[in-house]
This record gives sequence, structure tokens and C-alpha cells, in this order.
Amino acid sequence: METEGRVWKFGDHVDTDLIIPARFLNVSDPEELAKSCFIDLRPEFAREVRSGDIAVAGVNFGCGSSREHAPWAMKAAGIAAVVAKSCARIFYRNAFNIGLPVLESEEAADMLQDGGRAAVDIVKGNIRDMDTKRVFFAKPVPEFMMEIIQSGGLLPYIREKQARGV
Amino acid sequence: MAMTITEKILAAHAGREQVSAGELIEVDVDLALANDITAPMAIRMFNELGAKEVFNRDLVALVPDHFVPNKDIASAEQVKLMREFARKQRIRNFFELGETGVEHVILPEKGLVLPGDLVIGADSHTCTYGALGAFSAGMGSTDVGAILATGRTWLKTPAAIKLIYEGACGPHVGGKDLILYTLGLLGVAGAVYKTLEFTGEAVDRLPMSHRFTMANMAVEAGAKNGIFVPDETARAYIEGRSTRSGRFYRSDPDAVYEREIRIPVDAMEPQVALPHSPDNVRPISALNSVPLDQVFLGSCTNGRLEDLREAAGLIRGRRVAPGIRFIVIPGSPLIYREAVKEGLIETFLEAGGVIGPPCCGPCLGGHMGILAEGEKALSTSNRNFVGRMGHPKSEVYLANPAVAAASAITGYIASPDAL
Repeated sequence: METEGRVWKFGDHVDTDLIIPARFLNVSDPEELAKSCFIDLRPEFAREVRSGDIAVAGVNFGCGSSREHAPWAMKAAGIAAVVAKSCARIFYRNAFNIGLPVLESEEAADMLQDGGRAAVDIVKGNIRDMDTKRVFFAKPVPEFMMEIIQSGGLLPYIREKQARGV
Repeated sequence: MAMTITEKILAAHAGREQVSAGELIEVDVDLALANDITAPMAIRMFNELGAKEVFNRDLVALVPDHFVPNKDIASAEQVKLMREFARKQRIRNFFELGETGVEHVILPEKGLVLPGDLVIGADSHTCTYGALGAFSAGMGSTDVGAILATGRTWLKTPAAIKLIYEGACGPHVGGKDLILYTLGLLGVAGAVYKTLEFTGEAVDRLPMSHRFTMANMAVEAGAKNGIFVPDETARAYIEGRSTRSGRFYRSDPDAVYEREIRIPVDAMEPQVALPHSPDNVRPISALNSVPLDQVFLGSCTNGRLEDLREAAGLIRGRRVAPGIRFIVIPGSPLIYREAVKEGLIETFLEAGGVIGPPCCGPCLGGHMGILAEGEKALSTSNRNFVGRMGHPKSEVYLANPAVAAASAITGYIASPDAL
């Protein structure tokens, strides 16, 4: 599960109001939400983001509101993975649940540059800076959360479990 | 092995004798909650799972509070979807306009949360119910959609930080100031994944409304839950609200905490969180004169009757400063009615304030008091992120209800002593 794309770099403590402000939460369709993703922080984001791009952030990414609209907006906009120094608890859980992988690596978050290119291998947990060729390793995630990501999210994961009768 | 109150509640809901920090467990949920922003998405997940019936129609609460009375067609459609789901599933605890208010004010008021319960809500401020000695945490819509179907979820048992508040709060200093001060100490990522356990003689003396305020803002430090050991104050609060009796757990004396922090409160002043973060906290005397455009009294943090009483006590016989928009939103219809009976609403109206219907109001920039570019507001709510109450170039300061009252009267951020 490798994905390569442009790096969108964000700072520390980017809250879910910045990922998608509440004034756009009167709908819950991910494609609609994607149009307003990061609108107050990076107004060009929704216009310029391409499928497969990677969001890179500092500490406590996704703090604040529990709105799952935030990872949905990012995913529908095209973001294939989040690389952060650390994530807020609810955002981290929401992202895995909807099939948006999060990799935590301080070094990668420091070294990757906005506008550069990076490749992320979700299963191996490594992040490659395509410009400098450096490789970084993310903190391991619990095994069953990897299974959730490999299933594509919590719902397909539960359905698979139900199908297997577990 | 010794356990904290949080570990005891989690163990009881996981069917285990013992749990300890870091363990992944599966738990039974006593109450699942969603609001008009998060419920439509949770319902979609529920349907996508192929579920037909909710796990228990009496253990689900659906509260339209963020954009009600519906502010536009799109938000009306969201509430409609919620209402139809509630009807179809025969969910009793769907609160229609007239019954609805701020979810975290309504649920304890209706006796839907008791000590020892495990509550999961698709709203980050679900942690409010820790004030009653319940384990409660916010999650996203997918998690809550899965809970609606199964009644269960998984959790990582959090490590705990014990906060010991020593002494007694002075006049016009209370739960809001203790939690703002604590956020200043810990920072917005200071308790990520952890429990904040609020203890000490200063909080033992606090009424429930102040404890709700404190537990409510545990999430602003990144915490999974905030909790108080339920005592006689909690017991008196739940009296007559429910047919259930609750389970009163206590932390063992030798329970393990990752950190213990002692906070003396005797000399504490009212605290203010400056833009744009709830941890950017200063004592009020450290602020220069900050002129305001708007003051908001309300929200799941400070929209309770005691909050309105404290503010009205300072406002009675005075006028709101020219140019200040003073917005008061009672947290529930019951609070609204009591506030009318006690003359609080009349006090606010005579002073030049405006009263909104019970809902989240401008707290999250939805409606009923959005800020324009460059405007400044003082709010009794819980977040002051960039753009939280309107334009990304507006500013929000957070403080307690007494500071809100004094600020509405003077027109700048003021201590109640300034009146």
C-alpha cells in the first residue's frame, strides 16, 4: 500500500475548525465538505490538491471538535495519508475509522518540505522524501488498527469480521 | 491491584476484574449520543453496516443543538434525517425544539447520565459527564454509528493525571478559572489520551455546575476524559432525576497516576484565555484594556442556571455598555423557565442584553452572533480557535460568567471588581 504525492505542510495544533470550519457543517457529504477543506488556513488547498497528496503536520494535529467531517473532507479532497509529529486522540481514531492512514514521525514531519514530493508505505510504516531520497520510519500502530486501514475503514472491517463469523 | 475511578468504570464495562493504563479493551456502552452535526453521518454509518435496529432504543440520545432553530435549508435537512431516524427506531430521547437545549446540559438534567455510567458521544465535549463520576468520551460519527448498531466499542485504557486543587476559591472565581488555569499549565496537548482526575478540597466545595464546566474542558488539554469522584453533591444532584441509582466508584488510595499536580487556589484571580487557544491563559489583572464588540454568556461550559444567576447578580440595575452586543443563551428550556421565574431574564433584558433560544448559539460560529472581521468577543464557552465564532480575523477571549457580566457592562474585558 504505497502512495506518492505532493506534500502539504501544516504547523502545530491545527484544530478541526481550521480543517473544516463549523459554518460548512450543515452538510455531511464528503465531496461537499472537501470544497471547504483548510479554507481559512490555505485557501488554495481545495483548488490545488490532487489525489494521492500527503498532509504533513506538527504536534497535536486535528485537536478540538470530534467532527469526523475533518478527515472526510481531507480524504475526499484527495489526501491519501497524514504524516504528523502527533495527532489529537479523536482525530487519530476518526482517520483510521474512515480509512485515512496516519503515520506519526517527528523526523519526517520536520524534514518534509511543503510542495515537495513524498511516498508513504502504510503497511511498512515508512515515509520517503522523494526529493532527498531520505527514508523515515513511523511509530508502529496497533495491529488491529492496521487491519482497519487494510480493510479500508471501520465499517468494512466490521463487515469482514461479521462475514467470517467472528 | 489498585485502580483509579476511571479504570474501575472501564473494568466493570469490559466484564473484567482489572484493567490498567495502555490496555486495549472492549466495553459496553450505557448511553450513545449524537447531535445535529454528527448524527446524520453516524446514521449513514449505521445504515451502511446493514443494521436494522439500534442496540437499545432507550440508551440512545439524539440532540439537535448546534444549528437549531434550523438556520438554513441544509441544516433543516440534517435535523429532519435525525428526527425520522428517531421515529423509525422509536428513540425516546430525541429532543424536539421546545424540549431541546445544549446536549451536555440536557442529558444530566434529564437524569440520563449517572455516576459509574459509560457514555460515548459524537461530540468532543461529551467528557462533561465526568463531573458526575461517569466515564464519558467523545468519538467520531463512524464509532458512534457502530455503537448504535452493537452497543459496544473499543478503548485504550488511559493513564491518569491527578489534579489536586488546594484551598478555597475567592469571590467570582470558580470552576471555569480552575480549568483555564490548568489548561495554561498543561497546554492543549498536555493530556492527550489521558484522564484528568479533579480532586482536592477546593473542588469538593464546588457545586455541580462548576464541576460540569471543568470536566467539559478536559478535552481542551487533549484528554480522553475528565472525572470527579462522585460525592454527596453529586448524589444530591441526581436525586429524583432517574429511576436508576448509579454506581459510586472511588479511586483506590494507592492507585497509579502518571503525574500529580498540586494547584493552590486561594489567591487565584479570574482567568482569561486569549486568542487563539484555550491554553493561552493569563490572570485578568495581566490584561491591558481589551475593548469588545460582543459578550456571549451560554454554551455547554457555562449555560447553566448558576452561571446566569452569577452574571445577573452583577448586572442587576446596570446597563450594557454602548456598542456591546450582549447575548445570553440558557442551556435548556428548564433553565430558561427558571431564569424567567427568578427575574434573571428580565435583568438581562433591562440591561440591554438579548436572549437566544436554548442551543449552542455562536459558540462554534454556527449562528446567533457571528463575528465580523476584526471584531472581538468575550465568551463563556470553551474554544477560541482561529475563526471559531466567525471571521478568521475575529478574536475570542474565554472567561467565567462573572467576567462576562463585568465586561458587558464596562465594554472591555473587566474583572467583577471593576464594577
